[in-house]
Amino acid sequence: MGVEVVSYIRIKDHKAWINGEALNLDFSAMSFLKAIYKDLGLKYPKFYKMDELSKLGFIASEMLLQNNNVKSIINDFKQDKIGVILQNSDSTIDVDSNFYDSILDEQKHFPSPALFVYTLPNIVLGEISIRNKFKGENALFVFQKYNMTFGVDYINSLFENNKIEACVGGWFNANSENYDAFLYFAKGTNKQENAHTVDNISKIYK
Amino acid sequence: MEELKNKLKAQIIEALNLEDVEVEDISNSDALFGDGLGLDSIDALELIVLLEREYGIKMDDAAEGKTILQSVNSMAEYIQLKKA
Repeated sequence: MGVEVVSYIRIKDHKAWINGEALNLDFSAMSFLKAIYKDLGLKYPKFYKMDELSKLGFIASEMLLQNNNVKSIINDFKQDKIGVILQNSDSTIDVDSNFYDSILDEQKHFPSPALFVYTLPNIVLGEISIRNKFKGENALFVFQKYNMTFGVDYINSLFENNKIEACVGGWFNANSENYDAFLYFAKGTNKQENAHTVDNISKIYK
Repeated sequence: MEELKNKLKAQIIEALNLEDVEVEDISNSDALFGDGLGLDSIDALELIVLLEREYGIKMDDAAEGKTILQSVNSMAEYIQLKKA
């Protein structure tokens, strides 16, 4: 049994692609992530309450999971066999400093619970899992840059040990409105095509 | 009282980042949680902070929260009671 990459998305330099095809986005009147939210026709008010990192992870996962390649097969997998294994580099630095700034003034010391909750970097895994009812293995690793070898090996080992039957993997990072995301959906297969290997991942991660 | 309720609605919308929701969209008796505005537990905490920040009211008994945060009506009544 091998592992196959079914679909992938990319967000970089204020552009977005699904399986290599660019989305035609107009974000002159709204933020970049909101433009994708609108383009995908999403109705999920909680999106507006998220910090930028969670918004990015959420939007990237929606682009990935709502496209037909994945949508048509996602119900084939048990919820507790779908994993979410991601990486990023800046963790939650933006929201950490926002939260820190918000509690500096001792006279106006009202820490915001809604802000604080996003100082936990793996909260985005929860956002994705709650939205899609995924209950499988999930982990967020912090590396200086996308560690493809680690990501591929880790995910493949979960498949080999029958921990998961499908997985959202990849990388997402947000700082000061610089968005960078590469997410893919992988599943177990007997086929040789689109194998989940470092070579193949490096070809689609541009 | 009506002025307080409208002010409260505007503060709720701002504090909870309720996109595409206007003051007029929230009726005084609408349930804030569950089927109403669909707020969650983090929003409840945010409303408790709002009461303290904007009105200087500290909710002493967390169990009271369920009744007080039921609707704009119940929040406004609580504020008036505490300010009296």
